[in-house]
Amino acid sequence: MLNAVEISNLTVKYPDLTALDGVSFTIKQGDFLGIIGPNGAGKSTLFDSMLGLNTNYTGTIKFFDEDIKKSKTYRKEIGYVPQKPEFENNFPATVSEVVRMGLRKKSDDKKVDEILQQLWIHELRNRRIGELSGGQLQRVFIAKALVNDPKILILDEPSTGVDQQSIDLFFSILKELNSKQGITIIWSSHDLDAVNKLANHVACLNRTLFFHGKSETFFSDDKLVKQYSEASMQEHMHHH
Amino acid sequence: MSFEILTYAFMHRALIAGSAIAILCSVMGLFLVLRRYSLFGDALAHSSFGGIALGLFAGIYPLWTAYGVSIISALLITKIKEKYNISGDASIAVLLSSGIAVGLVIISFSGGFSLDIFSFLFGSILLVSVEDTVGIVALTGVILMIILLLYRQILYSTFNERQAKVSGVPVDKINYLIIILAGVTVVTAVQLVGVLLISALFVIPNVTAIMYGRGFKQTMFISMTIAVSSVIAGILISYVFDITPAGTIVLFAIGVLAVTMGIKSAGLLSKN
Repeated sequence: MLNAVEISNLTVKYPDLTALDGVSFTIKQGDFLGIIGPNGAGKSTLFDSMLGLNTNYTGTIKFFDEDIKKSKTYRKEIGYVPQKPEFENNFPATVSEVVRMGLRKKSDDKKVDEILQQLWIHELRNRRIGELSGGQLQRVFIAKALVNDPKILILDEPSTGVDQQSIDLFFSILKELNSKQGITIIWSSHDLDAVNKLANHVACLNRTLFFHGKSETFFSDDKLVKQYSEASMQEHMHHH
Repeated sequence: MSFEILTYAFMHRALIAGSAIAILCSVMGLFLVLRRYSLFGDALAHSSFGGIALGLFAGIYPLWTAYGVSIISALLITKIKEKYNISGDASIAVLLSSGIAVGLVIISFSGGFSLDIFSFLFGSILLVSVEDTVGIVALTGVILMIILLLYRQILYSTFNERQAKVSGVPVDKINYLIIILAGVTVVTAVQLVGVLLISALFVIPNVTAIMYGRGFKQTMFISMTIAVSSVIAGILISYVFDITPAGTIVLFAIGVLAVTMGIKSAGLLSKN
């Protein structure tokens, strides 16, 4: 299988801290990778670097064998779902207008309709986005990410603050995208159980990469899971 | 009321030029309002005042110097804002007051206020010439064409810069483009509505339209309709009662906003 993503020796240094230190791993095409790690572990920095928002790093990031610092076309293989769909609450745009923003080709009504249907938001297409619930909004942003048929879908901790029914629907959509359409999924999450259920690979990040491999290996190793939980617990205590 | 006023050539020019400006200001204004740049038009208008004074002082056609000064100060303020991390509203205040200050100093050098300056401050829509009308309509066409061509990129980067960047939209370039187009729009509109009331045309029809509109295109269309009706009604009403057109245009637009707020409070409009 072709490598979808290949990260080698990725290091990001800020004036007062090293956010990522020599992180290397590869993601094969068709993988469903869950990236876990406490807050401040460098997940956002990793995502920003992969998405081309942070170019201030050493090491290399390749998508389908192309160095993203040299490639201009790699973006079209990526769909990105942000952590919180941030926009002005009174922004006058309908669901279908928001989904269309992601569309690179001129106008592909059929594709937009298809995606809206697949994500159960077709009947909401003429609603103003400020009127939607958190779960509906999340699906709108997934639709926007999917509308160009990306090979890789990157999701930044997307299940925060959404009701259980929406979370279940969201998980089944991700599963279907990965298993039926073969889309490689890179998903950062706090939710260890969800990662265990959905992802077939796990990367555990805390500035350095301290585990990367099959999820059953991670979750059957009590020591690793405990180590991870302690790290997040410490971080949790730190916050309160 | 007699319909005789509609037969005057100057009235035709005022209505045509006024409608073109109304469309242009409402479209540009929608992007500015949604980018939380509502007062940017006002600041640009004030800096164009400095440009107009400069032109009158140097004996150059004042609109050209106004275009130059507006665009340069808009770009400058954007750079300063980025480099020194000054907030948007503070940078607008800096731009606004420097424009006025430069204008006032130049005017005092040249020996006091002239009639020309007054017509730029308060607008002179009924005095618009045939050449100006043609120029305004052509410029409106060009700017709308640019917006239409880059519609998705402009809309996306207004909606969310970060996501637009990830999708490969050249957000920084689009931002500069918006600022330059806003500068050109403001100076073009200044001769009709005047420095003091210009931001009204940018902001009021859009604030109103956002309450009605469902989608973006619909909102834009509603805003254009409100702006054009305000300009037409304002010109006609002001002529009949012999009052200032610019003020009447703005008051009409405010009236539409007030009625909309009333309708919304009465629960007759959907949420948002």
